[in-house]
Amino acid sequence: MKRAALAFLFFASLAGAWELAVRSGRWSAVLLPSPVLVAEYIRGALLDGTLIESTWVTLKRLLVGYAAGVLIGLPLGLLTSTSQFLKDTLGALALGFQTLPSVCWVPLALVWFGQTEGAMLFVVIMGTVWSVIIATDHGARNIPPIYARAARTMGSEGFHTWTRVILPASLPFLVSGMKQGWAFAWRSLMAAEIYVTILTGFGLGHLLHYGRELNAMEQVIGIMIVIVAIGLFVDRVLFSPWERFLHRRWGTDLKEA
Amino acid sequence: METAPHTSSGIRPAKLVIEGVSKRFTSQRNMVQALDNVSLSVAEGEFVCLLGPSGCGKSTLLNIVAGLTRPDRGRVLADGRPVEGPGQDRLVMFQESALFPWLDAFGNVMFGLKLKPDLTNRERRRIADEYLDLVGLGTFKHAPIHELSGGMKQRVALARALAPDPHVLLMDEPFGALDAMTRDQLYDDIQRIWGESRKTIVFVTHNVREAVCLGDRIVLMSPSPGRIAQVFGIPLPRPRDINSPELASYASRIAAALKGTTNGAASE
Repeated sequence: MKRAALAFLFFASLAGAWELAVRSGRWSAVLLPSPVLVAEYIRGALLDGTLIESTWVTLKRLLVGYAAGVLIGLPLGLLTSTSQFLKDTLGALALGFQTLPSVCWVPLALVWFGQTEGAMLFVVIMGTVWSVIIATDHGARNIPPIYARAARTMGSEGFHTWTRVILPASLPFLVSGMKQGWAFAWRSLMAAEIYVTILTGFGLGHLLHYGRELNAMEQVIGIMIVIVAIGLFVDRVLFSPWERFLHRRWGTDLKEA
Repeated sequence: METAPHTSSGIRPAKLVIEGVSKRFTSQRNMVQALDNVSLSVAEGEFVCLLGPSGCGKSTLLNIVAGLTRPDRGRVLADGRPVEGPGQDRLVMFQESALFPWLDAFGNVMFGLKLKPDLTNRERRRIADEYLDLVGLGTFKHAPIHELSGGMKQRVALARALAPDPHVLLMDEPFGALDAMTRDQLYDDIQRIWGESRKTIVFVTHNVREAVCLGDRIVLMSPSPGRIAQVFGIPLPRPRDINSPELASYASRIAAALKGTTNGAASE
């Protein structure tokens, strides 16, 4: 309760400082709209449904792309952890592509897929999959070898060892990898939505983009706040339960999200 | 007392036969002859301690019996059949905790039981409960592993190794990382459990008193190359108290012999 009150106080004073900065008149009201104006925009957009619709469009793309990225990256990461050859080839590829900012995939996606949902998904998957591969590989390589030895003596081998020992043992690394993958997916999608204009769905990134074109800074800032809020919310909903489970079982002092 | 092949009365069938086993490890810089032509036979229900300084190959020998390491030469017979790999008839209890942190105490004991296809789930759960009770952890059934003390962890490990009912229990310095009081308690427990279950146990240690307290026979090994230096029978009655004077007199004689093996190695 006290923590919540303190956090509220912090954000309230942040908004207060912002309002003061606007009132000082040093910046044009067009460039720096007051927080009240931004709040009004968000309220209006919520009421006329544009914000809900865009959020839904964006989240759908995000979840599909992220799920695909994890489903591709997880097995590949486990695979690269098994052999030096795969680590030197596929692993190096993943490391290289991970350093590539996901917005760099946009031109390629546009040429290959045109202005379609496919282009969006492609950018999100490319932004997610490499970091998931690397985190999974790292996790599987850091499992104490004694777990696998103990399992072998008890009669576990092959697929059973993978699903019952290697996978659960690397869970702490997988969760941090998936969390990182999530952050990458979110960034990639925003880049894709800002640069790829398509007619099949109007996402948050598009609202942001058109806010700039219309010179409506209260819309730009309002959407940015919504994007941050969604990022925080999904982080809590998706990852907090996992982290609590890990904390209980491993006793590791993972920072609460 | 020296080189007694069997301790107690009667001729028991050999449970484990180690025949001329050699193993060398090569790294980029040097080559270590971990085991050199080691032969040993362990009778059914016998408690054998492999004792020696570090580098004498005792853990390597245990791993070879477990099927986790392949010997360069020689072979191991378990119940007359050559060991090709790990098997549920020979379970290992490791020095460091090899318990799985993603499972609770009960889940760890169940792990090996689930790999026995001829049991029903109901039987598995009953057996797991039984062994957790046997090691005195019935009330900690659902405790996360990290909440258990070092001694409790090794008790869970013991229950996990015993539950699938192996013929042979292989223990690799299982109490090495524990404090003295916890260890003394575990010596009593392991003797009681061994007395009830009559498992064949091979126990690796570098602690002389521990070996005398637990073993029917002590196989003293010497390093570089790893060989069996001497075999001692310990005819003391059970249960043995690690702090008893009789035990201490055996221990001091064996400690002297152990010193001989290390000095011999140093002068080579």
